[in-house]
Amino acid sequence: MTPRDVVITGIGLVTALGEGPEAHWDALSAGTAPVVDNETYAPWPVHPLPPLTLDRQIPKKGDQRQMEPWQRLGTYAAGLAIDDANARGLVEDMHLIVAAGGGERDLALDEQVNAELADANNGARLNELLATGLRPTLFLAQLSNLLAGNISIVHGVTGSSRTFMGEESAAADALRIAHARLAEGRGGIALVGGAMTAQRWDLLLLYRGEDGLWQGPHRPLSQRGQPGMVLGGMAGFLVLETEEHARTRGARILARLDAVASNATRRAAPGEAATSARALLPRVAPQGVDAVISGATGAPGAWEEEEAFLREVAAPVRRPASLIGHGVEGAFPTHVALAALALHRGGFYAPMDPADPAMDPEDAPARVLVTGFGQWRGEALATLSRAES
Amino acid sequence: MRDHLGRPLVAVTGIGAVTSLGFGVKDNWSRLLAGQSGIRRITRFPTDHLKTTIAGTVDLPNDEGLTSPVRVERMAGMAIEEAVGEAGIGSKGAFPGPLFLGMPPVEVEWPTRFDLARRAHDPSYAAMTKQAEGRRDVYETFLYGGVGERLAARFGTRGAPISVTTACATGATAIQLGVEAIQRGECDACIALGADSTVQPEALIRFSLLSALSTRNDDPAKASRPFEKNRAGFVMSEGAGALVLENYETAKARGATILGLVSGAGERADNFHRTRSNPDGRAIVGAMRNALADAGLEPGDISYVNGHGTGTPENDKMENFGMRAVFGESAPPISSNKSMIGHTLSAAGALEAVFSLLTIRDQRLPPTINHDEPDPSITLDVVPNVARDATVRHVLSNSFGFGGQNVCLVLSAEPA
Repeated sequence: MTPRDVVITGIGLVTALGEGPEAHWDALSAGTAPVVDNETYAPWPVHPLPPLTLDRQIPKKGDQRQMEPWQRLGTYAAGLAIDDANARGLVEDMHLIVAAGGGERDLALDEQVNAELADANNGARLNELLATGLRPTLFLAQLSNLLAGNISIVHGVTGSSRTFMGEESAAADALRIAHARLAEGRGGIALVGGAMTAQRWDLLLLYRGEDGLWQGPHRPLSQRGQPGMVLGGMAGFLVLETEEHARTRGARILARLDAVASNATRRAAPGEAATSARALLPRVAPQGVDAVISGATGAPGAWEEEEAFLREVAAPVRRPASLIGHGVEGAFPTHVALAALALHRGGFYAPMDPADPAMDPEDAPARVLVTGFGQWRGEALATLSRAES
Repeated sequence: MRDHLGRPLVAVTGIGAVTSLGFGVKDNWSRLLAGQSGIRRITRFPTDHLKTTIAGTVDLPNDEGLTSPVRVERMAGMAIEEAVGEAGIGSKGAFPGPLFLGMPPVEVEWPTRFDLARRAHDPSYAAMTKQAEGRRDVYETFLYGGVGERLAARFGTRGAPISVTTACATGATAIQLGVEAIQRGECDACIALGADSTVQPEALIRFSLLSALSTRNDDPAKASRPFEKNRAGFVMSEGAGALVLENYETAKARGATILGLVSGAGERADNFHRTRSNPDGRAIVGAMRNALADAGLEPGDISYVNGHGTGTPENDKMENFGMRAVFGESAPPISSNKSMIGHTLSAAGALEAVFSLLTIRDQRLPPTINHDEPDPSITLDVVPNVARDATVRHVLSNSFGFGGQNVCLVLSAEPA
């Protein structure tokens, strides 16, 4: 069976720079400064989310109340992607794969419980405080699979629903499997993506454990003396279709999604992750690429591995995390969306990091590589190419 | 050998199980056929102020103070070890295919927060975060990809491990992902499993707030009552179920024993409500029909259904409704393993696939226990209380999740 070609027909994009393709193209093709909050979580800077007019994508207040910021962000961006693809009428048989972390905890309650019980070892009292303090709706807002659940409820996406967990890798594999399923004829249209909110202590606490967070006022990736991540709130959702499905309905095609490949080495020794990615490259880009959108997180270890890998890919690189931060489950689909946007606009982005080389604005790439080196594990590559109109 | 859609057949060559009824497939299956309950009073942590104080807990060696992801990893490891051992595939620490892991969400838990706050002499998140410097243990334990990575390393699976959650359908989704990978030729073998260890105070309280749990604390073995008139919620349980899936042809070629086939998988999401099915049953009916169509079968080919059967008033009523919509007057018998092992959440779909294969192997239907008073609105043969012999070639295994994620599998006997 010949695999079907898969194309991207819609993107839903939210980062600290704004929402939607226009805002991102305008800012990133001309060159822009990052939007950073250096103070609230000091010494850890974060890229805050822009204000969202939630009513536009989540019209029922009741639905909004059932979610916390993370689920609202993802549900919002998923709606942007469906609109961008002009696919509102196709949601019933649309397949869905979401890459998810978890929803926000009630931090005030956690701190109150901590204050009373951290030194006490009193399980009975812990039960009592939680039984009276936890809000019923918060549980659903925390559940990983309920981002997908809310996308089904709010937007009516019901073909199927799967939620992958596992940081950066989860998002790359969500895209890989959504692509593979369409290519083999399991459905004609799919929605795939992820979201992360950075303005939350519970995640900063987790990522801090690895000493992987950059401390101090924001600096671009290549200027961080000691590698480290700056988290950035973001969501990236993509509507994928078989080319036949898209052409039959006269959909605007942003780009072809040629291939997605992933691996996970144990990273037991320096060089393993770079070798792993090197082995994936011929599978996704047998003819080479014209430009790269790097998924560099800034995390120590992964940073050096990816830099070593990129030196061998003879193409100019853009490092979005310098401008929008690292978005964990949201990062890979956001970067793929940026690649699709550039291919559609017939141009590329201004340097995002001092290490990114200048390019001739006329020199529009026809094939773009997106990399994803997970902060801890996981190597992934995707290639997109320009679609003939 | 190919199926009706020209895809490779997917065989099961190894299975593993851990539940509150015991460690290993043999003990679990004999106790299920005997109608024994694994539900008991929770002793692992204080249950004061909890509405529900019973669960299907698994007592692990030296399990004092273990966090949920560590317990998930241990039970998953046991189930995989049993399944891979039975399949006799690969060599120790080198499994020739990928890992599809169904598991619950992960987050930093109370013992860790208390530890950080204590060390910081400050209950605030800012102080705990500062205190987390250098705590690789916290980071690696509570990363979402942590359990999958460690299992992948231990069993030497190939490629990026996939961790998936679709609420109560999680285990079935993991199997479906594995089946698809073999069907599309990505691999000839893989491990698919579901594992769960959500039984801890905060989770019990959260589910209680949704009024989802049985509070029949006085008589734990009687608390899980799927399809029965006095059912009043599910009993939360722990466990793991693992399957080694293989391309039927390559499995036969290496002389493997075939336990059965996963001959079909179907899914359909619901968009009605976060914790309830659409009253029209569209999504669960769609999932069942999609699974049958994927397997190339008619409803009449199914001789037994391993039900989702949680014991909540809502689920069992909707499952009965969906069964009638799909199978009409001549619906096959349906029983719920959850009457005995409780609801193992992320593990349920995988464990129930394991037990469906054993149903086919032994031509014997496990019962739905605690069937004391029939519910007039449940019109199906639920194999009440006692196991019985039956001729079974194809089993439909239902998994319906919170958040509207529904997956059904068809398990079949080896082709003659």
